[in-house]
Amino acid sequence: MALGHVLLGLLARGGRHGYDLKRQYDARFPMAKPIAPAQVYATLERLLRDGLVAPGGTDRGGGPDRTSYEMTPAGRLELDAWLAEVEAPTPFVSNPLAVKVTLALLVAGDDAAADYLQRQRAAHRERMREYTRVKTDPDTSLAGVLAADYALNHLDADLRWIDTALARVASLSEELRP
Amino acid sequence: MTSPPDDTGTDEGLLLAGRALVRSYGHSPALRGISVGTRRGEILAITGPSGSGKSTLLLCLAGILRPDAGEVRFDGRRIDTDSEAERSRLRRTRFGVLFQFGQLVPELTAAENVAMPLLLAGVKRRPALTAAGTWLERFEVADLATHRPTEMSGGQAQRVAMARALVTEPEVLFADEPTGALDTLAGEQVLTELVRVTRQAGMTVLMVTHDAKVAAYADREIVIRDGMADDGAPTSALRGALGRAGAR
Repeated sequence: MALGHVLLGLLARGGRHGYDLKRQYDARFPMAKPIAPAQVYATLERLLRDGLVAPGGTDRGGGPDRTSYEMTPAGRLELDAWLAEVEAPTPFVSNPLAVKVTLALLVAGDDAAADYLQRQRAAHRERMREYTRVKTDPDTSLAGVLAADYALNHLDADLRWIDTALARVASLSEELRP
Repeated sequence: MTSPPDDTGTDEGLLLAGRALVRSYGHSPALRGISVGTRRGEILAITGPSGSGKSTLLLCLAGILRPDAGEVRFDGRRIDTDSEAERSRLRRTRFGVLFQFGQLVPELTAAENVAMPLLLAGVKRRPALTAAGTWLERFEVADLATHRPTEMSGGQAQRVAMARALVTEPEVLFADEPTGALDTLAGEQVLTELVRVTRQAGMTVLMVTHDAKVAAYADREIVIRDGMADDGAPTSALRGALGRAGAR
């Protein structure tokens, strides 16, 4: 997912200037990776160069001049095409937990690997409680609830993996034995 | 996160504590010396795979089952040696119980179902129904007061069941898979309400679940595997069991 498509999406309901786009981004995607204003301006420049947005006027509201941008018909086509695309499910995700288990087995043995998995499981559970508190807080926006749902489901999947890994520690240890 | 229960043998500060609990069904051990405790106002999740002993633990702590060995203390007093009548009175007055399927009486309306524990405790019909109405309101199902369970969705029936479990204003609520029969969204709504209402009332909740996402609503969680606590450093017995079960 490129930031360009996200900005086009945020322009779909009308023109906005760069700073306003950043504020919209922060409000709509509260738990996403934060973006710097410079990234927004650089992306707008690229969209402008490709004809996907066009300048829509200048706002002088007392401060420095701010250029507003509007999506062009070509921008709309690009956005629609991107929205219609299915994101490719990742075939094998990089799993730092698995790397740690294998190395713990190689370096320190079964006990250390199982102990690591237990502590990781406790840390995951604590993080799930945090996200659940965020999610059930009446002040959390629906965007925040959706982001928390996503995080909770992924942490839950990790937990299941951790339980399976715990059950496989002995077998894995045998396999790694020289 | 609250600290785990005191394990020094004093159970100081704990409202409810089970110590070294052992319980078998015939020759099958369900609990193998587990200790667990909870403080007043805490929401504690008891999790573990199916068959791990978590429901048996809940039933022992609630005084429904008597452990074969070990003891259960509530509010500073041992309760597992109480007579059946005494334990039954405790369950009617100071404990509330909520099961996976609300187990409402199908012939009765929502209000009559909720009023039932008060009627059994000797409260007159009119004040019992008034209290039932208040609790139905707290769970936002007051408009269902005259409906029978067959006229409710699963989520609505479980809200009515929660009202019934709390109508006597118990100090401890025991909940066994309280959202297990509901879809994800209905389950979340029921849990959010359960946590909101019990926190407001300062009640202690012990909730059994196999679902980590449900357990995340609690302040603290203990995991059971094969009738023993499975948190902190793994014991050699646990590793042995896991190793034996460790099919590739």
